[in-house]
Amino acid sequence: MQIVSYLIYLIASVLFIFGIKKLGSPKTARQGNMLSSLGMFLAVVVTLLDQRVLTFEYIIIGIVVGSAIGSVMALKVPMTGMPQMVGLLNGFGGGASALVAFAEFYHLSDVHSALDIPTSVTVVLSIIIGSVTFTGSLIAFGKLQEIVTGKVVKYPLQNPINVLLFLVSVAAGVFFVIDPAQIDMLFLIAGISLVLGVLLVLPIGGADMPVAISLLNSYSGIAASMTGFVLNNNMLIIAGALVGASGIILTIIMCKGMNRSLMNVVLGGWETAGGTGAAAGGDKAQKPVKSVDPEEAAMLFDSAQNVVIVPGYGMAVAQAQHAVRELANVLEKKGINVRFAIHPVAGRMPGHMNVLLAEAQVSYDKLYALEDINDDFNNVDVAFIVGANDVVNPAARHDKNSPIYGMPILNVDYSKTVVVNKRSLNVGYAGIDNELFYGDNTLMYFGDAKDAITKLVNEIKGL
Amino acid sequence: MEILDLLMLVYVFVLAIFVGFELITKVPPTLHTPLMSGSNAISGITIVGALLSAGAEEFTLSTILGLAALIFATINVVGGYLVTDRMLKMFKKK
Repeated sequence: MQIVSYLIYLIASVLFIFGIKKLGSPKTARQGNMLSSLGMFLAVVVTLLDQRVLTFEYIIIGIVVGSAIGSVMALKVPMTGMPQMVGLLNGFGGGASALVAFAEFYHLSDVHSALDIPTSVTVVLSIIIGSVTFTGSLIAFGKLQEIVTGKVVKYPLQNPINVLLFLVSVAAGVFFVIDPAQIDMLFLIAGISLVLGVLLVLPIGGADMPVAISLLNSYSGIAASMTGFVLNNNMLIIAGALVGASGIILTIIMCKGMNRSLMNVVLGGWETAGGTGAAAGGDKAQKPVKSVDPEEAAMLFDSAQNVVIVPGYGMAVAQAQHAVRELANVLEKKGINVRFAIHPVAGRMPGHMNVLLAEAQVSYDKLYALEDINDDFNNVDVAFIVGANDVVNPAARHDKNSPIYGMPILNVDYSKTVVVNKRSLNVGYAGIDNELFYGDNTLMYFGDAKDAITKLVNEIKGL
Repeated sequence: MEILDLLMLVYVFVLAIFVGFELITKVPPTLHTPLMSGSNAISGITIVGALLSAGAEEFTLSTILGLAALIFATINVVGGYLVTDRMLKMFKKK
């Protein structure tokens, strides 16, 4: 029997790998996700046949309750709420791994008199990583849902406190490994890790959430892997490692997209932003800004041949993705070439803009990544910025004093005309003024994205 | 578990991380959100451990922890796969 279940665990592992492989193209991605869920289904069914599973009441309760909550969440969440949804699910995964490690510890200490060193080490690691993931994800969820402040939170002795807490939990871990009868140590470790998760994510600012979510995603995978070590189960280790690798890669891509180190993000960085931001804000009043009304903007779009739309978090906040698609449709009907340029860190999670535009039924081959479109802005007649700010600030290219200097940006200022839709001249996340707004070829089109774009569409239709 | 057994598991862990890196670097940015929620559902594999604990014959502390873990892991798995499918359904080429 054990041989059969081991073989099926192997099949499940292969299905996970194939599933992720098929996520490499939008054509096969859905099939990939189904293969992966089939792997999960097989893994669950085989586990139910395990000799350790003797009663089913609690299993039925758990699966029914979990499935009900999970399906309602998955079917109700709006696409704009996807970052917090993923954040929350990460947390549940991490929390489950920590709880499993605890449960396994009690089970093993009943069966064997003393835990061996490899098992006790992995129990400790599962509990640390799982607990940090759990509370860290809840805070990330809170920030994205705006229950917890999205600002960078600084508290006194931030780093020394975190390092101290980490060292205490490592020390407690060592004591536990030496003498696994000290259950108190496990509780101490869990408690500290839960606090640590809160303290680590709290300082991270709203626009840095793509990094935080990716990192927590990675942790939830590693926590599952550690549980695999505790259970001596290769399938858990493989599945967890795949997720861990995925999260790490996304974290690296996000950090590169902001030209910042992981440490800088995690420590609540862009510390210099306040100072230079204030200075830049000071001379804002003198600089002239050209603004444009819907009618003028419509004529500008009407005479263009190449239009690139650059969406940012502002589009998500205003729920303007459908209006944006409407605009693209109207322009395309007039024979104008419309493309979308998407910065890697636009929005609150990797790929956030792509999902919103897909929801609005924009064909995915019209969405261009930064490196695929940046050399082409010279040929663009109108670049239309919807709720993006720092990612199109030319200061990142030339102003060595700017906190965002060196960050890869979309070179929208190379286009013949730039139209920026924004509610006001307020600064973006980095807290600095955007020199794009004062450019000779820039026109500001003020207003709430949804309203303003709908007006624009009506004007263009009327031409 | 002997140290050598642990080492064999570490082998699998390290190799799987390499496989993950190879596969995921090929995923285009446009699919990064579904990648994240889909891989997130996979991390719910810890459900296997939860089932073992929640299904134990005798009702102990381990069973309670297992039940809590099972609810969490099931939310993670069911929610993760469903929401990923919901997103992927929308990615269309016209």
